[in-house]
Amino acid sequence: MSTKLIVGLDGSEPGERALTYAKQLSTLIGDCMIELVYVIEWSPYSFQTAEENARRHQRREQEIKQASERVITPALEAMKLEGFVAGGRVLHGDAAELLNSVAIKEKAQQIVVARSTESGLAAKLFGSVTAKLVMSASVPVTVVN
Amino acid sequence: MRIQKTLSSILMTLLLCFSSASVLAEEGSIDQTVNEAFALATGWFVNLIFAPLPGTSFPWIVLWLVTGATVFTFYFGFIQFRAVKHSIGLIKGDYSDPDDAGEVSHFQALATALSGTVGLGNIAGVAVAVSIGGPGATFWMILAGLMGMASKFTECSLAVKYRNEYADGTVSGGPMYYISKGFKEKGLPGGGILAVLFSIFCILGALGGGNMFQANQAHAQISSIVGDYPGWITGVIFSIIVFSVIVGGIKSIANVTEKVVPFMGILYVLASLAIILMNLDKVGWAFGQIFEGAFTGLGIAGGFVGALIQGFKRAAFSNEAGVGSAAIAHSAVRTKEPITEGFVSLLEPFIDTVVICTMTALVIIITGQLTIDPATGLYLVGESGRIITADGSSGVALTSAAFGSAFSWFPYVLAIAVVLFAFSTMISWSYYGLKAWTYLFGEGKTAELVFKVIFCLFVIIGAAANLGPVIDFSDASIFAMAVVNIIGLYFLMSLVKVDLKSYLSRLQSGEIKKFKN
Repeated sequence: MSTKLIVGLDGSEPGERALTYAKQLSTLIGDCMIELVYVIEWSPYSFQTAEENARRHQRREQEIKQASERVITPALEAMKLEGFVAGGRVLHGDAAELLNSVAIKEKAQQIVVARSTESGLAAKLFGSVTAKLVMSASVPVTVVN
Repeated sequence: MRIQKTLSSILMTLLLCFSSASVLAEEGSIDQTVNEAFALATGWFVNLIFAPLPGTSFPWIVLWLVTGATVFTFYFGFIQFRAVKHSIGLIKGDYSDPDDAGEVSHFQALATALSGTVGLGNIAGVAVAVSIGGPGATFWMILAGLMGMASKFTECSLAVKYRNEYADGTVSGGPMYYISKGFKEKGLPGGGILAVLFSIFCILGALGGGNMFQANQAHAQISSIVGDYPGWITGVIFSIIVFSVIVGGIKSIANVTEKVVPFMGILYVLASLAIILMNLDKVGWAFGQIFEGAFTGLGIAGGFVGALIQGFKRAAFSNEAGVGSAAIAHSAVRTKEPITEGFVSLLEPFIDTVVICTMTALVIIITGQLTIDPATGLYLVGESGRIITADGSSGVALTSAAFGSAFSWFPYVLAIAVVLFAFSTMISWSYYGLKAWTYLFGEGKTAELVFKVIFCLFVIIGAAANLGPVIDFSDASIFAMAVVNIIGLYFLMSLVKVDLKSYLSRLQSGEIKKFKN
């Protein structure tokens, strides 16, 4: 059975570093598959105007298309050329929760993420995605600096 | 199509009259004349909608709404009491497919619809109801609120079932869509005419009660704090803000409002709860007054019938159950089961009327704002037919005095809340009016822009002018929506029943599963 690694990407430079590390790990492991996950932060409990609600489905499709075209597809194409076995998906929701639930669903051995780029008041108040993931994940988490 | 065109031109003529009367009313010297002319032209319509039942002061439109709510309550076997647990499960997302994350959730649809109904009615309207109908009005208000839950269930289920979904992923729904499509499906005639009539009333209601009235009251609140100044200044500022949200798509303003308004709502309920807890010893007495007043009137003008009229009226005016407005907001939710939105929407009259309106009434009663004759134990009624209040205030000032007696700073918070509630109601009604407009004139950027610009102009007019007859006419239009909508619901409720039976049996058999435990 091949090893599966989940990599959290957000289109940022630290995210790229996480992917580079996952690729190194994959090479060392040998029989390994990498699953790229891009999470668009979204809460079903946020407040929206009626007009935003009416356009939500359209907006959601655009967000998924944009994230796929800009981040996931280029990364997958590059990995294919380099000889890695990889898959990818774009999801809406809470990043820490989703990375963990994908890991459980895919029976992954490890989650690789970059150190959170959030700082300031928001991170102090709500905690960073990385901190939340490390605290709650069901599989080992590697945080790349 | 020909009927649609004819009725659309009638609407345009009405709008022209509406705006020219309002603009002319501003020009002081002819103010009176124009108001009188407008009242003369539209008075018959206003009188027709708000006409009392023979020999009473009970408006037939209130009976129409309450009858509708009662019929739906019995027809769906008291669904509002059977489904509450399931409704809460739906809002929590227990039945939401994780693959649909990012779509409009049940919670969001409910919150958006609530921001259109929670507002001045809950603060000022309840004060009027208890000062005329006494504490007993609260009992009838709660009863009407509970019954109204069944009306919302019916209209919102149909709104999702018969909405239009376009290729670009956007949706349009509401009574005009379910009446026209549902009647066609059942082979009934007249659906098209009813849908067009509903749309016309909805546009007029959106410009009047959903816009001018709100702008007018917001200006009244602001000027009560900062001192008197010309209304057009408030109008222009509000208009620019509304324009930047609905035309400019400046999400930050909408986002701030949509976050601050629920916070204000929660703060209002918490302050009410705090006052109730501070006067815990009086709560038993207050409920005693509510029950006794409901059946005896406790000295108010009109006795228990007076209490009943005020309670029913306030509930109907506040939660808009049966009016069809919220159905437009609820139709945006993404679900494979339209009936689920019905389950969610029935909580709306509960939150709006049974919780928030009752809180206002309780605070007014237990803080002793209503004067009681110590000798008889009955309420003292003044010449105006209203109960004499502690400081002589009425309407929003009475609610403000009640909260102010416990927290001296609260009247300022209340003033801000009133302005924000007015703004969020305007944003909600701009959308309801827009959907009715595009139903009549077709979807498209130009048609949308025309309506949005008209809407913004009416904000200025509403804040600036003294528009008694115009406001009466727009209020009448909102309730005329209920006449058309409830006729439609009577003919289409059997379709909802089929869906309800199917859904409940699949829920019971386990075919419909929870995604979260």
